[in-house]
Amino acid sequence: MDTTITIKNLTKRFGQVVAVDNVSLTIEPGAFLTLLGPSGCGKTTLLRCVAGLEDPERGEICIGDKLVFSYAKGIALPPGQRDLGLVFQNYALWPHMTVYKNMTFALEIQKLPKAEIEKRVQASLAEVHMEGYEDRYPREMSGGQQQRIALARMLAYRPKLFLMDEPLSNLDARLRMDMRAEIKRLHRVAGATTIYVTHDQVEALTMSSNIAVMKEGVLQQVDTPDAVYHYPANLFVADFIGNPKINLLEGVADGYGSVNLGKFRLAVDTHSAPPKVVVAVRPEDISISTQPDPEAVEFTAYSVLPSGADSTIVARLEDIEITVKEAGTSKIKMDDKIWLKFDPPTLNLYDQVSGNLIVPRN
Amino acid sequence: MTVPAVVQQPLSLHTLATFRRFIRWLTSAQVALALIMLVLMFYMIIIPLYRMVETTVTWQAHDLTRVPDAVVGELTIFHYVRMLTGVFGRIYMYTPLQHSMTVAIGATLLSLLIGGSLAWLVVRTDMPGRKLVNQLAVIPYIMPSWTLAQAWLVLFKNRLSGGTPGVFEFLVGHSPPNWLSYGPVPIIICAALHYYTFFFLFVSAALMSIDSNLEEAGELMGASRWRILRKITFPLVLPAILSGFIMTFSKVMGTFGGPNILGTPVRYYVVATMIRGSMGVGDKADSFVLAIVLILFSVITISLNQRLIGTRKSYETIGGRGFVAQVSKLGKKKYALRTAVIIFQILVIVLPLGLLILSTVMLRDGNYSFSNLSLQHWIGARNTIYNHGEPGVLRNPKIYKTAWNSIRLSLWTAFFTALLGVLLGYAIVKGRGTRLSKLVEQLAYIPYVIPGIAFGAVYIAMFIKPLGPIPALYGTFALLVVVSVAKHIPYSSRSGVSAMMQVGRELEEAGQIAGANVWQRFRCLIFPLTSAGFVAGFLLTFITTMRELSLIILLVTPQTQVLASQTMFYIENGDGQMANVVILILISIVALANFIIGRFRGGSLKQGLGM
Repeated sequence: MDTTITIKNLTKRFGQVVAVDNVSLTIEPGAFLTLLGPSGCGKTTLLRCVAGLEDPERGEICIGDKLVFSYAKGIALPPGQRDLGLVFQNYALWPHMTVYKNMTFALEIQKLPKAEIEKRVQASLAEVHMEGYEDRYPREMSGGQQQRIALARMLAYRPKLFLMDEPLSNLDARLRMDMRAEIKRLHRVAGATTIYVTHDQVEALTMSSNIAVMKEGVLQQVDTPDAVYHYPANLFVADFIGNPKINLLEGVADGYGSVNLGKFRLAVDTHSAPPKVVVAVRPEDISISTQPDPEAVEFTAYSVLPSGADSTIVARLEDIEITVKEAGTSKIKMDDKIWLKFDPPTLNLYDQVSGNLIVPRN
Repeated sequence: MTVPAVVQQPLSLHTLATFRRFIRWLTSAQVALALIMLVLMFYMIIIPLYRMVETTVTWQAHDLTRVPDAVVGELTIFHYVRMLTGVFGRIYMYTPLQHSMTVAIGATLLSLLIGGSLAWLVVRTDMPGRKLVNQLAVIPYIMPSWTLAQAWLVLFKNRLSGGTPGVFEFLVGHSPPNWLSYGPVPIIICAALHYYTFFFLFVSAALMSIDSNLEEAGELMGASRWRILRKITFPLVLPAILSGFIMTFSKVMGTFGGPNILGTPVRYYVVATMIRGSMGVGDKADSFVLAIVLILFSVITISLNQRLIGTRKSYETIGGRGFVAQVSKLGKKKYALRTAVIIFQILVIVLPLGLLILSTVMLRDGNYSFSNLSLQHWIGARNTIYNHGEPGVLRNPKIYKTAWNSIRLSLWTAFFTALLGVLLGYAIVKGRGTRLSKLVEQLAYIPYVIPGIAFGAVYIAMFIKPLGPIPALYGTFALLVVVSVAKHIPYSSRSGVSAMMQVGRELEEAGQIAGANVWQRFRCLIFPLTSAGFVAGFLLTFITTMRELSLIILLVTPQTQVLASQTMFYIENGDGQMANVVILILISIVALANFIIGRFRGGSLKQGLGM
């Protein structure tokens, strides 16, 4: 499979609202790219533009070497000629057709030989572990089973490009976990380039090879999950990703390789930083201790929230509040004195005005 | 050497791209369909309306007898002056208008009283037998609207016309007074007993959808039962009442049968009968002026009503969700009340039918002896003494042809209406938010505000002469189909929209992804997915077309006669008993179709109401 997806300067408006704002994006062959963002950020619209279900106002889209959309040239191939499959959020299985008919509808339109159709149906059902369900109607299956059939229907097309629009959002938490693993496996087996839309950051982080974070129609950052998590390009991405939320501390860079947060200083490389900055630090990157430590800052445990595998501690120092994550069940009790120690390489520095990351690392 | 050729190149590329984009827009399913629908509705609604107005403001050949120096075709306000001022204005316009208003307001208020109380009893009380009452309540609407008027005459006829005594006179011994036999009182009662169904269905749906928590909240705060009814329940039901008001009022304004049977014999004319009257003497322009006034009245009433409710579509928003309603305890009165309600319903359904049957088995009208019983009007041979020499209905080839016309008309109308519903629904729903979709939706709404008889008048103006690719349709069977389909457009588009909304856009988009073209998507996805609504819409339209009279009375010819109009011609010919046989046959066909509807899930009478 060698299908590169190239999106150039794509813009889509609905009346006054700019749903997709001048988006340019290249997706490598075989990548699993997730479009991630809050609801209304334009991620679904971008996916629908690629699918050919929306007509953008500007830009170009190439799937492989095929130009499927170009505003300037007036080209827009219908969805059926773009060699892609789409799994809808509500599955969109045709309720008046059996599983078999649902899966063969497209294949019959392509006028494939009977034997080939049969082979593909069986293979696709096997891939989603739904053998023997050919004669069921969608309403006779559970949500999870319908979800698998929707995937199988797409697999049976054998498209070069998989599109998935929040396919797991209608499933319960347990099933969602199982399906994440299944979809990731399917992607590996089929190897097709995949664009996956979700507002769930855990889904994005766990499944993708690349994440594109969107906000109000604009791409914020396109990177590997690791980079998006550890080096968010701006405060929006930093704040959107991670649970518990990242700590954002406003301070002043004083030019001595440290940031003054009022009550204490943090050693950060402030080379090329403006005076007003924000220090961002993930809760799990802070070490916590009940013993005084000269290199640590003294806080009070405002609240302790153990959840089995780890515990979240909300620490306070007057008006500064910091969330810390500690592995295991914490020994700390509420109102205990605690010492927080920051690790300079884990600190990211942002410009308070523009919100952008300063001193990007590699 | 002024402009380098290189500049020309991107310019033509740009034009080509714009052209491609335009073609793509034009050939996208919803745009193409919306444009086709626009053209269709333009032909079926806008042009006829325009032609009608045009006729009223130009000199007609007919006018030469009154104004010899008129130039046919020139602009004039002659018809308006003639119909709106002086003695003519009084006779042709103001008196009938006053009568129409009296009848419409009277019938609407009486309908509200009957329909509203029945709805409350059925939905909100513990009265026994509520289910039966609920089922019986819609039956009067299934029967043709003028059935009750005919039955009324059998009962309350006096010696004023026809000279034979009615059943009342036979039983009581003296002739009923004129006000009881003819005129506004019987017209109002008969119309109300037919049209109360609107109020019944709207109000009961509204009562069902009210969350009784709202009322309980009032009760908890210590409000009395009556106060809750007045302050909480009534305001919540008000939109339903107003919707019922427009439906009933505009229907009664445009109705022809009842006023013609009960009003015309005593020269109590309403606008609807006056339109037919002046059309009958060839004064097209005059009757068009009347029709325009009727349309304006209807438009004003409806827009006033919408102003009050706030939105055009409020009548669609009622109903649907059922809450566990709190039920009022009627106490000991409940059995007495049930008996009274059931007796009322039997009086409204069984008594009229009984009277009609009685009248058809009497050889001579008004002779109530056993020896007078006969099946002459049903199966009798041709006899010059009876019915102007026509044989009994079941032996009468003319009636068979008429019945076939009725069935044919209803089938074609039902088919095209249901088909148009799906297509309109698609064009409107898929294009939601675009100006084109809004335009289609608004155009589709127009026939709703045009009373039945006026709509028929509009069509006379249109199809007398050929127009573009459309031949002169006057006097053809096709014209009846076209007018019936056109009148149904508001209802078909409404049900088409709700059917498409239920299908949802993803199911069709999944088809697009699968590579299906427009035709494959319609054939394999959209039609099958909307088929339940299609069948229900088909059968409901069949029924409403079957018993439609006001719409087609101006357009039928001896060749295209249908059962509904045939009854009216028999009545006007003095062969009331023959008419009653035909009415009974008509009711049987409609009842059969209604029975079939009951077998189909998803088909409710409410959807078909007002068609």
